[in-house]
Amino acid sequence: MAIGPDDVRHVAALARLAVPESQLPELVRQLNGILSHMDVLARVNTTGVMGAAGVGDAAMPLRADIGPPIPLARPLESFAPQTRDGFLLVPRLATHESSGDDESVE
Amino acid sequence: MSAASDYEMVVGLEVHVQLLTRTKAFCGCSTAYGAPPNVNTCPVCLALPGALPVLNEEAVRLAVRAAHALSATVNETSIFARKNYFYPDLPKGYQISQFDKPLAEHGKLDIGMNADGTPITVRITRIHMEEDAGKSVHDRYAGATAIDLNGVPLIEIVSEPDMRSAREAGAYLRALKQVIEYTGVSDANMEEGSLRVDANVSARLRGETKLGTKTEVKNLNSFSGVERALEVEFARQSDVLARGGTVTQQTMLWDAIRGEVRPARSKEGSHDYRYFPEPDLPPLQLARAWIDHARAELPELPAAKQARFLADYRLTPAEIEVLTADQSLSAYFEEVARVDGDAKGAANWVIRDVRQLLNSGATLATLKIRPPALAQLLALVRDGTVSHDAATKVFAIASENGDAPLDIAKRERLLQERSQDALAGWVDQVLAAYPDVASRFRAGDKKLLGVLVGLVMKASKGRADPKAVNQLLSARAAAGE
Amino acid sequence: MGAVRDAFRRMAEVDAGPTGLNCILWTDEARALADAAAVDAIPATGTLAGVTFVAKDNIATTHLQTTCGSRILEGYVSPYEATVITRLRDAGAVLVGKTNCDEFAMGSSNEHSAWGPVLNPVDRTRVPGGSSGGSAASVAAGIVRIALGSETGGSVRQPASYCGVVGVKPTYGRVSRFGLVAFASSLDQVGVFGTTVRDAAVALEVIAGRDVRDATSEDRPVDRYSRAATADLRGVVIGKPREYFPKTLDPRVAKLCDDALDGLRARGAEVRDVSLPHTDLAIPVYYIIAPAEASSNLARFDGVRYGLRITADGLRAMYESTRTRGFGAEVTRRILLGTYVLSAGYYDAYYKKAQEVRTLIAQDFREVFAAGAHLLFTPTTPSPAFEFGAKSDPYEMYLSDIFTATANLAGVPAISVPIGDVDGLPVGGQLMASHFDEQMMFRGAFALEASHAEAT
Repeated sequence: MAIGPDDVRHVAALARLAVPESQLPELVRQLNGILSHMDVLARVNTTGVMGAAGVGDAAMPLRADIGPPIPLARPLESFAPQTRDGFLLVPRLATHESSGDDESVE
Repeated sequence: MSAASDYEMVVGLEVHVQLLTRTKAFCGCSTAYGAPPNVNTCPVCLALPGALPVLNEEAVRLAVRAAHALSATVNETSIFARKNYFYPDLPKGYQISQFDKPLAEHGKLDIGMNADGTPITVRITRIHMEEDAGKSVHDRYAGATAIDLNGVPLIEIVSEPDMRSAREAGAYLRALKQVIEYTGVSDANMEEGSLRVDANVSARLRGETKLGTKTEVKNLNSFSGVERALEVEFARQSDVLARGGTVTQQTMLWDAIRGEVRPARSKEGSHDYRYFPEPDLPPLQLARAWIDHARAELPELPAAKQARFLADYRLTPAEIEVLTADQSLSAYFEEVARVDGDAKGAANWVIRDVRQLLNSGATLATLKIRPPALAQLLALVRDGTVSHDAATKVFAIASENGDAPLDIAKRERLLQERSQDALAGWVDQVLAAYPDVASRFRAGDKKLLGVLVGLVMKASKGRADPKAVNQLLSARAAAGE
Repeated sequence: MGAVRDAFRRMAEVDAGPTGLNCILWTDEARALADAAAVDAIPATGTLAGVTFVAKDNIATTHLQTTCGSRILEGYVSPYEATVITRLRDAGAVLVGKTNCDEFAMGSSNEHSAWGPVLNPVDRTRVPGGSSGGSAASVAAGIVRIALGSETGGSVRQPASYCGVVGVKPTYGRVSRFGLVAFASSLDQVGVFGTTVRDAAVALEVIAGRDVRDATSEDRPVDRYSRAATADLRGVVIGKPREYFPKTLDPRVAKLCDDALDGLRARGAEVRDVSLPHTDLAIPVYYIIAPAEASSNLARFDGVRYGLRITADGLRAMYESTRTRGFGAEVTRRILLGTYVLSAGYYDAYYKKAQEVRTLIAQDFREVFAAGAHLLFTPTTPSPAFEFGAKSDPYEMYLSDIFTATANLAGVPAISVPIGDVDGLPVGGQLMASHFDEQMMFRGAFALEASHAEAT
């Protein structure tokens, strides 16, 4: 499968990376070069093979519903770029609907 | 004639419910409500480099309980997945959720009855676990959005598109909330944010079996808001279709103030969440025996309770509906009925008087008049120790100070007087005060019995037992006095 | 405290200046001396009391920066410490520095660090390998005897081979990843470098074992690996997988491998030809799975809660400026690749397919061990360290991992032990064992080391 400039632009947007137009051709070339080596996988017969979700056999260990939480040696304010009254601040969203689920920034 | 009547509304609902755990989904931070912003945080829920999630076992337990309450099949193996997108309240840049292989599938909820008595059932596609994102506050600081991170465990309950009207959607939500409350896994309160709803709605010509293109409606804040929003969006879609247009699949936002839906300002098409199995969490394995045991431990659910009340207490459906709307109210009622033995009487007092207290701000937990006291009061009324009116007064006093009704009645001199001497005294008093009425009564005018009883009641300031007065006067009349 | 002073003296000799190795990024001499003094003051000693070590810059430490070789974490000092660091400090070890690495552990040469490349102490015109180049060089240059690195596709074993030191990748789930900045979560493990097999073994003993903070760490007993040394390998079957000895293999490397195997035979081991048929699929599989997981793991670097933030007009612009400026070219390339192979329409053909083929790769190992082999022996790398800039094509660089990535994909433990030189440049021999059989792996490694010492 060949990857084109539009694919790279789309994927860059998904990953929140700004790729300058001037760098696009080289990037497309490199990614195509890498992906061309993956084509061999299409020829491998994996009927009935389950994807390895992980390599361990063990089941998920659970945690009791108690603290204490893992402590922070320094408070959030000491390493966060911008806080106020305990909140983390970011530039105001372009669309400011109140739904936290709103991915309109996507 | 509106286009809407040619078309049928098809609705599916996705409901997120916050689970009542002490700590977050993937770390030991407290979930206590009302904490200052970002105070209960740690490397894990801050998504610091190198931090890893570890799942809360109580969240699993509560999620499984909810699944059983909704008659869903709990999978012995389920897999967590990453839902990838960027948003400031999502610290990792992905939400840990479930995609293929959710915790539970194929459930159902009865939301009412058809005219022929068959239940209206909404199927539940799946129930899966995930973590809650934080809260974004947009208007507190100029030019900025303020983030308060979260991480509370959630279950997402996804229904099939089985609802055919806004009313059915509302009924589903109310029934769902009630069942969830009964299980104790969540407060399920939409106004407080522990229950959230996204609606999927489409329109199709009546008779058509294929589904139309759906839109997703978000920003819903109340059950009635859901119903209104569905009507509005359905009307919009019907209108589009009636004019020969096509409905665009998109996210719509409900504006409760204007009563409008409008498209969310986002790129066309659905989001690409790039789901893949969460590599930091091996598959969740639940033993079949444990799953079955969890089902056996379910508290009595609303439908079963309602059926039992019908059979055991002979109450009307309307009475049952009120009493079982809230699990703690039904428990209060049952305790009164158990102690007192008169279910009907207990029902009346709980439905009317107890609920009136609750409406003016009391809670069942803090109510000063406890079931045994109310039962005592009912017994006093039934055996005539206090009149019904007096009982109302006693109830009011008991609800303020929590004292025993009998003590209150004695103290406030509300005991119904039945001693022959006292009654005779008042009767004599009345007969003397109204000689004209007295002589007519003695002469045989039985109609005056009621008048005389009333006068005796007045003379006794309501304390006389009217039945006993009636008996006494009748006896005297018979004896020719 | 003496060890600490020695470390800093050696650092000053080899690391600093324009011809310095550039393997150490962040240090705090006063703090290290204070830590050492505290250890010296305790009468009861831990297994590593007073032993100095360095840790790769993608491992969280609370008093030295953790930048992962990236501008996006410039100046970031973690408010919590990785479990492996805690365990080493509890055993009395003293951290003397954080080491340079390829940015976010993505690379095979340590040429992709925001803080400049690391030079190979053996030949400063050549790369030390990567991504844990700084840790490998620190041990090879004699600054410390023990160093922590991380493994995703060979990032400890390959630099160990290039620098002539011992490098260990534990079984996946053997060592806690809590505090290891994630690159590819289903492949990552903290790895250990040692001057000798024994050094590495002792360090692994200390850091291995279940951690409740890492749900992928398994509850398995930790053996005394440092005691695994034995002169007797009778009964041990060593598989020689033909896919790692292609006709194109540099004959000098092949010769060193044969000599190494002779040394093991001399100790009683039986060497058998075996096959791991899906080996040639390892690089394509690895370079789909690793970037995919990385694209997700690196989404948290968004300027909101820590690290670099480039203020811009609006949130979206802030995300893009911060990430574009903060990440280097290789990381950017891998995030794009990873996002692509997970995206709608491509997930099945790429990511899902790669995970299925991964199962086949892991199965190869299971079958070979089930058939009677206790160990597998291969060259660690097809050739010794290459010159700076020699591998400009990304895929060519990826091929350096060709013999190491299979162990990460299968999850099996693996170790690289120096087995000789080619043109004066060190070359490593690799031993792999079945899951959680580090004991057997070290047994073979001790023997390999001993027999190599006898030969020289």
